[in-house]
Amino acid sequence: MPGFDFSNYNRNAALHARGVPLPKATSTGTTIVGCIYDGGVVIAADTRATSGPIVADKNCEKLHYIAPQIWCAGAGTAADTEFTTALISSQLELHSLSTGRKPRVVTCMTLLKQHLFRYQGHIGAYLVVAGVDPTGTHLFTVHAHGSTDKLPYVTMGSGSLAAMSVFETQWKPSCTKEDAMELCSQAIQAGIFNDLGSGSNVDLAIITADKTTLHRGFVKPNERSQKLKNYKFPRGTTAVLNEKVITKDEIGKYVSVHELESAEGEKMDVDS
Amino acid sequence: MAMFSQNPIMNGPNYSFAEAPKAAMDGLREHRFNPYTDNGGSTLAIAGDGFAIMAGDTRLTSGYSINTRYAPKVFKIGGTTSSQDDANILLSVVGFAADGEALQERLDSVCKMYRYRHGKPMSVNACAKRLSTILYQKRFFPYYVYAILGGLDEEGKGAVYSYDPVGSYEREQCRAGGAAASLIMPFLDNQVNFKNQYVPGSGIGHELQERDRVPLPRDEVEILVKDAFDSAVERHIEVGDGLQMMIITKDGIEEKVLPLKKD
Repeated sequence: MPGFDFSNYNRNAALHARGVPLPKATSTGTTIVGCIYDGGVVIAADTRATSGPIVADKNCEKLHYIAPQIWCAGAGTAADTEFTTALISSQLELHSLSTGRKPRVVTCMTLLKQHLFRYQGHIGAYLVVAGVDPTGTHLFTVHAHGSTDKLPYVTMGSGSLAAMSVFETQWKPSCTKEDAMELCSQAIQAGIFNDLGSGSNVDLAIITADKTTLHRGFVKPNERSQKLKNYKFPRGTTAVLNEKVITKDEIGKYVSVHELESAEGEKMDVDS
Repeated sequence: MAMFSQNPIMNGPNYSFAEAPKAAMDGLREHRFNPYTDNGGSTLAIAGDGFAIMAGDTRLTSGYSINTRYAPKVFKIGGTTSSQDDANILLSVVGFAADGEALQERLDSVCKMYRYRHGKPMSVNACAKRLSTILYQKRFFPYYVYAILGGLDEEGKGAVYSYDPVGSYEREQCRAGGAAASLIMPFLDNQVNFKNQYVPGSGIGHELQERDRVPLPRDEVEILVKDAFDSAVERHIEVGDGLQMMIITKDGIEEKVLPLKKD
């Protein structure tokens, strides 16, 4: 795999030893859960990303694709969960192509734990791995240091205790898909309301032998109330001290200009 | 682990994103009891023409936990009875909740003693000065609070005094305090004091006229307070649950509690 760039390591370690704090990474102080049911597995996550006490993203995605039938919920350092799952997803795809078989959840889990163990916890990815493969339905947790667990219901992240309290009071063996979905949703909501690191909406994914269904915004219990006043300023409110107009033709000398047909993709969530 | 590293610095203090180094450069480590906790939350005060509004959220946190969803941060000060029906001063405290409560009780008893000795309630500016001295008395073991005092001055105009933890104070038109102060204060500067707002078409470049400051009516200030807190709740994890508002006018003190988001 392509390695990390350590060229700033010595400088940063020296700076840190002199008391310079390092930049704060965006962490998904998170609630993520998973629960097996008869015929498949459900995983769910909240959608808040934080940087210290500030909410960095109100509606982020913590459910990551690994393979069509294997999905991963990530807690910890946002960048680490993102890149680690993408890396393992890629390796698993190549492995599946070379063997000509569907990828297995244990393979995914082993790849993840070996990768994370090698980095001794410095890659801050805490994952819930779930999926269905030819050997059956599986649910694992993988910690940043490389340890793993295999359980019928799991929780992780800063809201894991709040979520686990729901599982430990409500869970019963052999539940239906609807039971598992409701249980996971309730567990995430326990995290959303009782853990400050978690918030906003519930995302949920159901994985069965024949398909995966992703419910983005499965529950939205925290919609923003309407602002009581209109904060639109009359044109000309902001002082303009000097003005220079650069036409499209002029800027075209320095950079290439492309006309966009329409704004595609997911629009940023902003207040009107 | 670090012992076997090829890198010499690895044998020294290790580093992480999460924390600053615990040991000093000479390798000495200091252990001590930390008497303070940050209980989060935010406060806000705006002075109007014949009124002052003091507001604060009602969430009390430590770390990632919510200790309670209803802990008031705004108090009535200087009434004759425990019900504080005839109080003429408001105090909001945010920071370390235990110190906030201690300070509120202290200032209240000072005002009650004043009333007993002089047969009249303490004026807001006198109380403001007294609060400053109370805070400064603990200069080297401070009350870990950002206090704001509100009331009506001798002309009946709204008055807001804001403090730092060791007693430096100033009378202001408006002030935000606590966890989301840095989120709310710029909004207030723009919407209450009309900072960075100019009269459209009133001139070119530096000739442009600033928008005139006019005292806002009470209902508009209440809207600003609600919107400020709704926005702070969206972006700060320690703010939420409830909004407590106290409005002081010549007719007395009115209290309102509105819901805020609970996530």
